[in-house]
Amino acid sequence: MNAPLIEIDNISFEYEQTKALENISLTVEEGDFLAILGPNGSGKSTLLKIMLGLIKPTKGAIRLFGVDAKNFKNREWIGYVSQKSNSFNSGFPATVEEVVTGGLVKKTGLFRRIPKHAKANVKEALEAVGMEAFMDNRMNELSGGQQQRVFIARALVAKPKVLILDEPTVGIDHRNVQSFYNMLASLNRDKDITLVLVTHDVDTVTDRITHVACLNQTIHFHGFKDQLHTMSDEQREAWYGHSVRKIHHIGGSHSYD
Amino acid sequence: MIEAILSYEFLQNAFAAGLIIGVIAPLLGVFIVVRRLSLIADALSHVTLAGIAGSLYLSQSVAAFAMLNPLFLGIVASVAGSVLIERLRSLYKHYEELAIPIILSAGIGFGAIFISLAEGFSTDLFGYLFGSVSAVSREDLGIVIGIALIVFAFVRLFFKELFVLSFDDEYAKASGLPAKWIHFLFMIVTALVIAGSMRIVGILLVSSLMTIPVAAAMRMGQSFKGTIFWSVIFGEVSVLTGLITAFYFDLAPGGTIVVTSILLLLLVIGYKKITVSMKKGAVV
Repeated sequence: MNAPLIEIDNISFEYEQTKALENISLTVEEGDFLAILGPNGSGKSTLLKIMLGLIKPTKGAIRLFGVDAKNFKNREWIGYVSQKSNSFNSGFPATVEEVVTGGLVKKTGLFRRIPKHAKANVKEALEAVGMEAFMDNRMNELSGGQQQRVFIARALVAKPKVLILDEPTVGIDHRNVQSFYNMLASLNRDKDITLVLVTHDVDTVTDRITHVACLNQTIHFHGFKDQLHTMSDEQREAWYGHSVRKIHHIGGSHSYD
Repeated sequence: MIEAILSYEFLQNAFAAGLIIGVIAPLLGVFIVVRRLSLIADALSHVTLAGIAGSLYLSQSVAAFAMLNPLFLGIVASVAGSVLIERLRSLYKHYEELAIPIILSAGIGFGAIFISLAEGFSTDLFGYLFGSVSAVSREDLGIVIGIALIVFAFVRLFFKELFVLSFDDEYAKASGLPAKWIHFLFMIVTALVIAGSMRIVGILLVSSLMTIPVAAAMRMGQSFKGTIFWSVIFGEVSVLTGLITAFYFDLAPGGTIVVTSILLLLLVIGYKKITVSMKKGAVV
């Protein structure tokens, strides 16, 4: 068994007396490529914010790298890629290099300058996502998928051990989604980065994930992707409503390689 | 011109203060523009007006205020205004922009009352509203230098945080930056710059020196640092040209500075149009 990096122990979260999450337990181990799937409003973003320590659960405990989240200090170990569409200011006058360098802010610390030699790390992070040729381009010259790769590079530059991605394929051209997932899979495999991604779009989720968690207020399934077929139709129905057939391609014989 | 500057102290003050403001106003302005806070600068400048009018009024009736530089109460009002805007923004979470007209009208409201209460400072007031070449005292210059030192220290210490916060608010919070505190400090420094720049460009035109050079620079600069560089260049050219014209033709410098910056903006837009169409032509 690999070392557990994120341990969520029986947490619940209420937002203005509405239950968003109920009795969630989930463990992310080193090397996992976990997809948390669920329909809109199923509490995915809330769970993600709890993992990042941005909000505290109403009940339950969370441990990051074996340490209680309250006392966890090494925030730079967890990289975060937010939903592209609502997060950044698209006309912003900044180059790809400047944006990726911004990923070093927390690691560098207050009142310190980002060292000159960090440029090598920025280049390396951009190479990992196949964007090194665009270093001097302005952000608004890039396509949605390219921008998303830059945001991943920004998370990678601080050398995180876990990367958490919120709806990473929103805004990416359908034809490019698979190559985007291939890039994530190679980060997982070659750079030993544990990946957690959250999405409502079960259609586009790749076969390259190792684990799946099906979320809708509570966890309906959590385990290896290959065991997903053990979920009964009733369980699927309870989790995703009527449009459950879509999920069959994951864990089946179908492969996108 | 240089001879005149060497022989008159008031011109030395005006040009020295102008040169400093030409750097700090656009420097901070870049962050204001990219964070879409341009109108906040306007609101704060009107609050500064209330502070200055209040000080001018009090100087007529209370002996202690007669000695006080009106700029001080202007600074106090501006900083208080920036704090109030933040409070109102968190109170009206879904209508954050509502804070701006509320504070702006409060500033003009109080300003109008103080101005009508006090008789006979219309010439002073004209200088505060539209700037002045002759009214900058050594003390004013000292205040501007002090504010500039604060601005440089602030930008130097928090540059990377300000950049990340401006580019992507949510990411900044998620990576654990003290976003609230940095924003709060930023608002206070902005309030200081507005109060300090007002002596030269005037209350009504302060915000334009923070936004128009930046608008031109955003078309020139490829990177964020390039945008800052061009903003400062355009700011300096506007202030210098504006001050010299104001001096020779006896005009309000606020007007000449802002009109120069607008002309620069038009030139840049025109230049960019030509270069872009030339590039396209070359491809075809």
